[in-house]
Amino acid sequence: MKVTFPHMGNMYICLKAVLTSLGVEVVVPPMPSKKTLTLGTQHSPEFACLPLKINMGNFIEAYEMGADTILMAGGVGPCRFGYYAQVQREILEDMGLKMKMVVLEPPQKHISELLIKIREVTGSSSWIDVVRAIRFGWHKARAVDEVEDVLHRIRPREYEPGRADVVYKKALKWIDDAHDRNELKDAISKARQELDAIPVDNGREVVRIGIVGEIYVMLEPFVNLEVEKQLGRLGVEVERSIYLSEWINDHLFMGLLKIKGSKEARKHAPPYVNHFVGGHGQETIGSTVLFANRNYDGVIQVQPFTCMPEIVAESIIPTVSRDLGIPTFCLIVDEHSGDAGVLTRLEAFVDLLARKKEKNTVKNTVLQSSEKKGEQVCADI
Amino acid sequence: MTVKVGIPRALLFYYYFPMWNGFFRALGADVILSSNTTKAILDKGVRQSVDDACLPVKLFFGHVLDLKDRVDYLFIPRMVSVERKEYICPKFLGLPDMIRYNVPDLPPILDVTVNVSRSEKNLFKAFAEVGRVFTSNPRTIRKAYNRGIEEQERFHRLNHLGYLPHEAIEQMGRGLLNQNHSPARQGDMTIALVGHGYNIYDSYISMNLIQKLRDMGVRVVTPDNLTGTIIEEKSAELPKKMFWTLGKRMIGSAFHYMRSDSIDGIIHVASFGCGPDSFTGEIIERHLRRRRNIPFLNLTIDEHTGEAGIITRLEAYVDMIRLRRAAQ
Ligand code: SF4
Ligand code: SF4
Repeated sequence: MKVTFPHMGNMYICLKAVLTSLGVEVVVPPMPSKKTLTLGTQHSPEFACLPLKINMGNFIEAYEMGADTILMAGGVGPCRFGYYAQVQREILEDMGLKMKMVVLEPPQKHISELLIKIREVTGSSSWIDVVRAIRFGWHKARAVDEVEDVLHRIRPREYEPGRADVVYKKALKWIDDAHDRNELKDAISKARQELDAIPVDNGREVVRIGIVGEIYVMLEPFVNLEVEKQLGRLGVEVERSIYLSEWINDHLFMGLLKIKGSKEARKHAPPYVNHFVGGHGQETIGSTVLFANRNYDGVIQVQPFTCMPEIVAESIIPTVSRDLGIPTFCLIVDEHSGDAGVLTRLEAFVDLLARKKEKNTVKNTVLQSSEKKGEQVCADI
Repeated sequence: MTVKVGIPRALLFYYYFPMWNGFFRALGADVILSSNTTKAILDKGVRQSVDDACLPVKLFFGHVLDLKDRVDYLFIPRMVSVERKEYICPKFLGLPDMIRYNVPDLPPILDVTVNVSRSEKNLFKAFAEVGRVFTSNPRTIRKAYNRGIEEQERFHRLNHLGYLPHEAIEQMGRGLLNQNHSPARQGDMTIALVGHGYNIYDSYISMNLIQKLRDMGVRVVTPDNLTGTIIEEKSAELPKKMFWTLGKRMIGSAFHYMRSDSIDGIIHVASFGCGPDSFTGEIIERHLRRRRNIPFLNLTIDEHTGEAGIITRLEAYVDMIRLRRAAQ
């Protein structure tokens, strides 16, 4: 059995750690590329949301590398994600690719439901080993998040743009290569040391932008056109509304661990969105409110074309923007998105925020006024 | 003066109007419907909603605009779930919020949440909540609720006899309540039209699809002509429960009709940009193509679909079925 899984940002590091430490043979699909996208688009329904298409591309590429089993997450609606695996299975069947699908449905009652499914892949390993492996994967996810946190702070402030990203790439590799908790600890401290050694201008006035939206597009740089990196180069400090480990805790551990999760964001969605709307639609609104409360300069909503929960959010964000005086920008991606136009529009948005910030700083010092005015920009690319 | 409750002639109107109508009328309210869809209504809706919304949601905005100045209340329930452990579509979950924050000068919205995902009893609770806006007498509310349920059952009976929902609603409006006969239909073949009710029964949106087929000598059946039992049984062939109620009806009916000797073709009608349709359509199409015994046509409609193109495709499709039959 050779097990593969779809990519979602750095998720592979965590999944690979869980599976390999249980002795399962893993085929990590090549990082998503133009080829992945082309393959995926070719075989998927035209109006499926983009993540499904990239997943398909991942599976086909992994199949070519010898994978025969797919590990996939499930769901119970109302969003399409819960039916991804079903549609993908139908497509694979018609393509004649013989791959077994193990779908991890969210546990309805107890986490053991999930563990049982996992054992379909891990075979004879003992429970203790399985739990230990999951814990190890979890720590890797935390490590990735920790490094990203530092990265986001350095990017807009480094004297030599690009240095932090070089270290980040290396750091991911160190985390990925770590065989046990000790090696992981070493990897993290090495990464921190190298990042801390990068010369930065701490006095620099940076624009702060919160990123909200659909989880896959937020976490996968290939589909969000590396929006975080682009913004960093433009002198923007970014913060995502959700990080990898938080998503894992919310969705796979049923929020068992007491870390920051999407609950807080959901609490802040009313009165704008008063009900769960599937996916992260409610969190998108709630997180926008939270970023506004924390005096962020702007918010960028990212979403794949035809994403249902995000369309609900998108139609309400302008009101939040107006009420709370936080400019917002929405980035919609599909298989035709190219980065040339995006960068120009992002630059324009960042410019707007920078000018507004300057004006406010002047005004605040002179008049102590805090007049608020929202602006909403939308880019469809 | 009687209170006027406005119901947009869009989205779930085609599934639940009889229930809503019966309920509000029994409470002594006047039920006001928006006009039939026109270009002007659609255009207004398109302008008032986000670009990326699907056509049916944009159209709903148009109907709200048509109605809002003529009524005391707008009935826009939050239809989370109408069957156990199922949903309709994320957009229905956010519908009242989308309307409230995008349409100015609205009358009060009755936006009660209908969610029977966990328990069927919640349906009464939802209606009781709406009822309290009109009366404080629980018996009146209970009676109005029962009235609504009765009307809805009549409606289903008419559907199962062969009336399409928009026809059944019209029949009931004319007071023809105790129909026992199937409507007589001319034609030499029967085609199953599988799609969301708000796409296929709105004659403007569907470009009069049903009438056009009938004019070509085709009898038309839809998922709504089948009983819930058939839908449940057939959709259960999927390895995993389909959690969109309307999607389940489409898949269940397609699986049923594809085995029926009296069905000559299946047409799937999808909205451009519809999330659930992109999945249910794909599953239906793949299953039908594997069986290779029934001609399949997929029509995607959006605000720019040309009527001429649709007619050409329909004619070619119907001709192809006739030729196939002649060859057998
Ligand atoms: S959240 Fe959006 S992109 Fe993700 S599965 Fe749902 S519809 Fe698709
Ligand atoms: S089911 Fe499709 S057409 Fe209906 S509201 Fe949802 S996305 Fe729009």
